[in-house]
Amino acid sequence: MNAAYLYSLIAVVLLGLISYAGAEAAGLEVLFGVIIPYLALIVFLIGFANKILDWTKSPVPFRIPTTMGQQKSLPWIKHNKFDSPYTTGQVVIRMVLEILLFRSLLKNLRTGFGKDGQKITYKWVVWLWLFALMFHYSFLVVVIRHLRFFAEPVPFFVTMIERVDGMLQIMLPNLFISGVVLLAGASLLLLRRVLLPKLVYISRPADFFPLFLIIGIAVTGLMMRYVSKVDVVRVKELTMGLATFQPSIPEGTIGGLFYVHLFFVSLLVAYIPFSKLMHMGGVFLSPTRNLPNNSRAKRHVNPWNYPVKTHTYEEYEDDFRDKMKEAGLPVEKE
Amino acid sequence: MNDKNKIIAGLIIFFVVLLFPFWFNLIFGAADAATAPEPELTDKAKQAETCVAETDYMRTEHMQILDQWRDMVTRDGKRIYKAENGKEYEASLSNTCMDCHSNKEKFCDSCHNYTSVDPYCWDCHTYPEETE
Repeated sequence: MNAAYLYSLIAVVLLGLISYAGAEAAGLEVLFGVIIPYLALIVFLIGFANKILDWTKSPVPFRIPTTMGQQKSLPWIKHNKFDSPYTTGQVVIRMVLEILLFRSLLKNLRTGFGKDGQKITYKWVVWLWLFALMFHYSFLVVVIRHLRFFAEPVPFFVTMIERVDGMLQIMLPNLFISGVVLLAGASLLLLRRVLLPKLVYISRPADFFPLFLIIGIAVTGLMMRYVSKVDVVRVKELTMGLATFQPSIPEGTIGGLFYVHLFFVSLLVAYIPFSKLMHMGGVFLSPTRNLPNNSRAKRHVNPWNYPVKTHTYEEYEDDFRDKMKEAGLPVEKE
Repeated sequence: MNDKNKIIAGLIIFFVVLLFPFWFNLIFGAADAATAPEPELTDKAKQAETCVAETDYMRTEHMQILDQWRDMVTRDGKRIYKAENGKEYEASLSNTCMDCHSNKEKFCDSCHNYTSVDPYCWDCHTYPEETE
């Protein structure tokens, strides 16, 4: 076993048990249902803003062209507009494609040996991109769907998404496709990390922990809906209390599973600013993506260059013109 | 290089979107949104005192019972449901459930609407007309 994912798994399981026992047996519903969620949100807001503002201070004086396509050059050389953008408009398109379709992940290559075991081969591998796409979009749909617990009346777009998400009309309660895809996507991303030796080698607990946490969130969420049901009306009573700043723990039992789910979500939210999950903000600030590749057309001067003393040839000639003439050297100005 | 203003603008937009529930409920929400609706019981339901199962169980599992009933009736042709307490009921949404809970709007819909649940029971089944 690899310590990195073992520790992460144990941590997530322990945290789940703590919240279950805390809410179910120790009567700490207020702690797990009100205090920790609010704290998590505060930590997230301050942490996220702090991180972004910190990044804002990092100067990016120069373009960082990456060789992903032909840059704008002579008119008869075909310019690859979106892989090596030249104008702001082209940059915007590259960014939109990156953020919505994760095009960078499509450039994933696997290095190996050919059939003879000698020749190095590079195979185009699409799985990372596919799993990431599954995972991120289903997570987005799940988050939007959860607005039904945080808004009263439920906004029209939430109902609309629920309709599309539940269009299979199988199982009872109606199966939402996104929930299953979220669990599948996260699990596949985890399996990828665990099963590929090269990936296990470069994976740290910080890679596994969020994956296990998200899988924990998905599993508890699916359980509450399809297996060991919680009282959804009381759940909304609690969440609406949070959303309207009148927090209260509803009378009657909700079920410990709900508090585990809420605790996992709180942990994830609070953990985001201090982890790799900050890529949700960082992707917008990637210098290799969001700068036009126009170094050959425009001069970018480092703004904190100190003034350099120069002595041009013209000045040199002015200084020594007479002596140069005497020595018979050619001068540019008579 | 100096994109500070753009970044801060983006950050503010993100936070506004993120905090949607807080401002949405403040502007559009009902004042009593944090109080769950209490499904109203008809006189007949009050007199019966117990449903086919315990109240807490019915709150979370009623759809499972209905699903089971549907399979029982339409696939196996069995109309009689024997409850945990030994009583026998006719397995029928319109004739058994809605005999007592005849006030769909104030019973079924109150919670379903609150939690944005849209069951397709009444795509096929009819329900008793609401009477004033």
